[in-house]
Amino acid sequence: MSDAVSPMNGATFEGFVTVSDTGPRGMITLRGAPEELARMAKALGPDLPEPLSMTAKGPVTLAWMSPDELMVLCDYDAAPGLAGKAEAAVAGAHALVAVVSDARAIYRLDGPDAADVLRKLTPARLDGAQVGTIRRTRLAQSAGAFWMTGPGLFEVMCFRSEGQYVWTLLCNAARPGSELNL
Amino acid sequence: MLILTCPYCGVEADETELAPGGEAHLKRATVGDSDEAFEAYLFARENPKGVHFERWRHAYGCGKWFLAARHTVTLEVYGTYPAQTPEPPKDIIAAVKKRLPDWEGRG
Amino acid sequence: MSHRIEGKGRLIDRSKTLRYTFNGKPMTGYAGDTLASALMGAGQMVMGRSFKYHRPRGAVASGVEEPNALMGIGEGGRFEPNQRATTTALFDGLSAKTQNHWPTLEFDIGAVNDLGARFLPAGFYYKTFMFPRVAWKHLFEPFIRQSAGLGAVPKEPDADRYEYAYHHTDVLVIGGGVAGLAAARAAAAGGASVTVLEQTPHWGGRAPVDGGEIDGTDPDAWVKSAVEELEKAENVTLRLNCMGAGVYDHGFVLGYERVADTTPGDDRPRHRLWRIRARQIVTATGAIERPLSFPGNDLPGVMLASAVRDYVENWGVAPGKRALIVTNNDDAYLTALSLHAAKVEVAGIVDVRPTLTGPLAERARKAGIRLMTGKALAGVKGRSGVKAALVTDLAGKGTGEAIECDTIAMSGGWSPVVHLWSHCGGKLLWDEGEALFKPDPERPPLGADGQGFVATAGAASGALGLAEALADAHEAGRRAAKAAGGTLTRKAAPKANETERQPLKPVWIMPAGAGPEKRMKMWLDYQNDVKVSDVQLAAREGYQSVEHAKRYTTLGMATDQGKLSNINGLAVLSDALGQPIPQTGTTTFRPPYTPISMGAIAGEARGELFQSIRRTPMHAIHDAAGAVWEPVGHWRRPFCFSEAGESDEEAVNREILNTRENVGMLDASTLGKILVKGPDAGKFLDMLYTNMMSTIPVGKCRYGLMCSENGFVSDDGVVVRLAEDTWLCHTTTGGADRIHGHMEDWLQCEWWDWKVYTASLTEEYAQVAVAGPKARKVLEALGGMDVSKEAMPFMTWADGTLADIPARVYRISFTGELSYEIAVPANRGAELWEKVREAGAAHGIQPYGTEAMHIMRAEKGFIMIGDETDGTVIPQDLDMSWVISKKKEDYLGKRAQQRPDMAREDRWRLVGLETLDGSVIPDGAYAVGEGLNDKGQRNMIGRVTSTYYSPTLKKGIAMGLIERGPERLGEVVDFATLDGTGTVIKARLRGTCFYDEEGAKADV
Repeated sequence: MSDAVSPMNGATFEGFVTVSDTGPRGMITLRGAPEELARMAKALGPDLPEPLSMTAKGPVTLAWMSPDELMVLCDYDAAPGLAGKAEAAVAGAHALVAVVSDARAIYRLDGPDAADVLRKLTPARLDGAQVGTIRRTRLAQSAGAFWMTGPGLFEVMCFRSEGQYVWTLLCNAARPGSELNL
Repeated sequence: MLILTCPYCGVEADETELAPGGEAHLKRATVGDSDEAFEAYLFARENPKGVHFERWRHAYGCGKWFLAARHTVTLEVYGTYPAQTPEPPKDIIAAVKKRLPDWEGRG
Repeated sequence: MSHRIEGKGRLIDRSKTLRYTFNGKPMTGYAGDTLASALMGAGQMVMGRSFKYHRPRGAVASGVEEPNALMGIGEGGRFEPNQRATTTALFDGLSAKTQNHWPTLEFDIGAVNDLGARFLPAGFYYKTFMFPRVAWKHLFEPFIRQSAGLGAVPKEPDADRYEYAYHHTDVLVIGGGVAGLAAARAAAAGGASVTVLEQTPHWGGRAPVDGGEIDGTDPDAWVKSAVEELEKAENVTLRLNCMGAGVYDHGFVLGYERVADTTPGDDRPRHRLWRIRARQIVTATGAIERPLSFPGNDLPGVMLASAVRDYVENWGVAPGKRALIVTNNDDAYLTALSLHAAKVEVAGIVDVRPTLTGPLAERARKAGIRLMTGKALAGVKGRSGVKAALVTDLAGKGTGEAIECDTIAMSGGWSPVVHLWSHCGGKLLWDEGEALFKPDPERPPLGADGQGFVATAGAASGALGLAEALADAHEAGRRAAKAAGGTLTRKAAPKANETERQPLKPVWIMPAGAGPEKRMKMWLDYQNDVKVSDVQLAAREGYQSVEHAKRYTTLGMATDQGKLSNINGLAVLSDALGQPIPQTGTTTFRPPYTPISMGAIAGEARGELFQSIRRTPMHAIHDAAGAVWEPVGHWRRPFCFSEAGESDEEAVNREILNTRENVGMLDASTLGKILVKGPDAGKFLDMLYTNMMSTIPVGKCRYGLMCSENGFVSDDGVVVRLAEDTWLCHTTTGGADRIHGHMEDWLQCEWWDWKVYTASLTEEYAQVAVAGPKARKVLEALGGMDVSKEAMPFMTWADGTLADIPARVYRISFTGELSYEIAVPANRGAELWEKVREAGAAHGIQPYGTEAMHIMRAEKGFIMIGDETDGTVIPQDLDMSWVISKKKEDYLGKRAQQRPDMAREDRWRLVGLETLDGSVIPDGAYAVGEGLNDKGQRNMIGRVTSTYYSPTLKKGIAMGLIERGPERLGEVVDFATLDGTGTVIKARLRGTCFYDEEGAKADV
């Protein structure tokens, strides 16, 4: 749906790390007991993720959010359809499926020192971060989450209303000359 | 600046990722209970100089409430466990007793 | 007059000249200089004036412990007061100004305080400025304010930026001297991740100055190879210019890194505050030399012996032409030998010890230096510099031989830097032999597992000799690695040759027989001008606790926090109290170790990043439309939309009248929206709200009130039944996160067997309220779903599309007008706002802000959480019995509402208020009744909760909580004003609804 406008509307900032708004992304909150989560995961494709991890199959990624909650990441336009699939998989059982594609913003950090940008904002451990894990944490004064998508590549998620604050935080942390040189 | 391990996700959470929730293992008093019982439920708290069982929420993480046994003076942490635990679990009690043999249990 | 020495200065590069200014005067120094070494190199010995007596002062130290050489550094937005010249690295363009004097450093009027020093003893201010009270305000305080304070306050916003960085490490070594490096090597060899912080720009600490041999080489070479080895190691992080500022619970440490102090304006962050989590901490923080307390020990030119040595060896600077050494231990002999080797004349060594047995004394004797044993200094001649010292018998009263000199290098022994050990509870032991407090390894600070998490290494442990320090540090590093999860390395400790040292002789004042006149000239705390006589006076006046004596005399309370004065002061206090030093104990060591910048503490949180501001999808549109912003929680909401030439009040009135006559639009996106789903969701909501939510038919909306368990109203909003097992709960803007947390709390911690899931959808939807008689026309103009009364009656909702945007529309009204709230995906909120505006243009639509919303709801008598409620108000007080279910056995707050005080009949309850003269009751006004209370004030019988001018009714309207209010409708009560005249505003009690009481307008 081309009319959807993410909070930073595709902006890019070139610092010692490139910060970019990834634009609208499909997101679905799934809540349920482990059996229901497993059924929904099966219907959507990826394996059921272990705690603090992410699994993917094709364009669909599942992120572990809490013992009874997963988040689906997918194409923006695909979210309603996938939500329907998930709901169908648990029809009659106790579970919750909600499309939340507009509730959050996702930014990308790109550069060999991408982790250093996060090191300035979160008390979470960055050493040993690897593709396939997700950490929900605090980014300065905001709630957020981050995950690694490749060497020197991170995605950072925050609530939409704090999207501008977190964007400014990331760009400020990536300003040239402030490399941590660890 | 405490570190508490969230029993749900296993994260060693920084105190700034947590929200405190006061004393644990309170038993709810409600309609039908005496004024005294209700007052105790609302207001009477242990406030010990020593071992305390308390509620924490992994607010900037998985969002789950959990319980912790912690020494209010030394800040030693004897363990954390899920909120769906009506009484302090045996292994936590054992961990406290191991460090404080004379501890007489919750006040 | 240059004081530079050829051939010395291991830290400076004489090929690189740096230009700076000192009190406006152009000066030069070398790369590698500190400001203090550059000034001294240029012959500038006086670097400031003391705080209380304005005595001229020079640098007494060479590092962080410096109490005297405090300066204002930088200009304008980069000005910072009270910077130690001894730790300020010199750079091209540096500007330094001395402080605490007027008009000039050389001539200072405040120095008259010095002449009257005998009249300004400890506690002078407490004793003197007590009476008469009026004199304090008009006479004493203005004078003291004028003359007090160290340095000047910066007048411009800080031009630099700052940041935080978080770091995790197994072992953190604080201090990069040879002990720190040895500990780091041992810890790294044990497989631990290791981080080393060094506060200065150089590795190696004192060892390269003090000499000796490590692993068969000189300390400089050893340091170089150790650093190279650590740099190569994958598991080691090294950080220069980064001070370990404080140790806190569970291995938390603050590191204060000076990133760009010497390159102002290069856009790098000036300072970085490291927030480190370490499993184990090794403090290799060294030791600080103690001054000796002799009369005149504060004159410029009297310096710590180790500092004199540092200036010679590190920066090639001689503090003077002829130096006298005074000591109670062997260490100062190194200074004598260093000066001698640098061809600076040594006038002699005054040693309090009656006989000298050590090899260092022998070397001095061989060098032809005059040794005076069993002697002390009885005074120093000179006014703004040393001219001569009086040497006398240690036991004497104070007459003796005058020895000409311009420098006095003193050593009273060493004190381990135990600050970081002590910050989090590490305990100390008194070492009688070395006369020092050192860490008690049996009583370390305890971590989360109840085990020690801090160890000390080297001189910080009290191991003052090179060999024992290295052995101690190696062992500390080994054990730290093991405790942090690594192994005990088998690697050998560095080996050093130990020079035999003769024990020191503790001497706390000299000469022993000095009378009151002389004790008044023995400085303990240079910066705060506290002398031996002041501490003795405090003891005589009954101050027995060291903490009390400290605060009474201000000993150790200056910006240096007593680094030089602490031990000497408490030794004098102990002596005066006739008790041993360990019985007196130390004062508490608190972080930070040395002052850190306010900018570093703030980090990035300033300007735009001061707070996490929450913005709706329409924020930018409102901003462009001239919104006057109002903070609501972390949100910013438009208070009103002022047009050109319009006051805020005029704008609010226009917005209200237009909404009532035509149609208005409000950004309601900030309202909390929580999805509640499950077989037990209805039961759960019935517990959460005071009224029934399980009975709402699918497709309908119902207003609800929520209470906390103590019965007080906590939030309100409209609850919507979306499906058989699904509800959507709207909360107040400020309550969204709190109420979601509240729901999860009860679901997780009390009713965990109930089948309910919640999800916050607050951020998922942008919401626009379209309210006013023409609201339906606007929605029809948008096109799409059927919004007729038949299709969508009052208090219902429907899904559909409007202007091609998928929308959920609620027919609810907070204004009392025909009203629709349209929720769309947030990413299309801006689009919806624009389309509503376009569609509404023909109908006179105007946006309205929160103030118009507040007034319109008050006209309708709707409560507002935070106005009508304040955390002490129960639903029964709000005369809203219709929203309290009588059928329910239980709900959160019900039991509390049965408590005697809640059931009292004379509680203040909500009514409408109509002033007799149509005026507006002041915000917060109290209703006053008959009689006076026990304080002689008029009895209060209620207060106003909301009060506005209603442009609709063209008069003041209000609501208030009044004693037995609803029983007294029609009565007139008095509201007190605050104008001091005792006048009252009379208002008649009435129902809360002022507008369209039958509710016909909303239900059309």
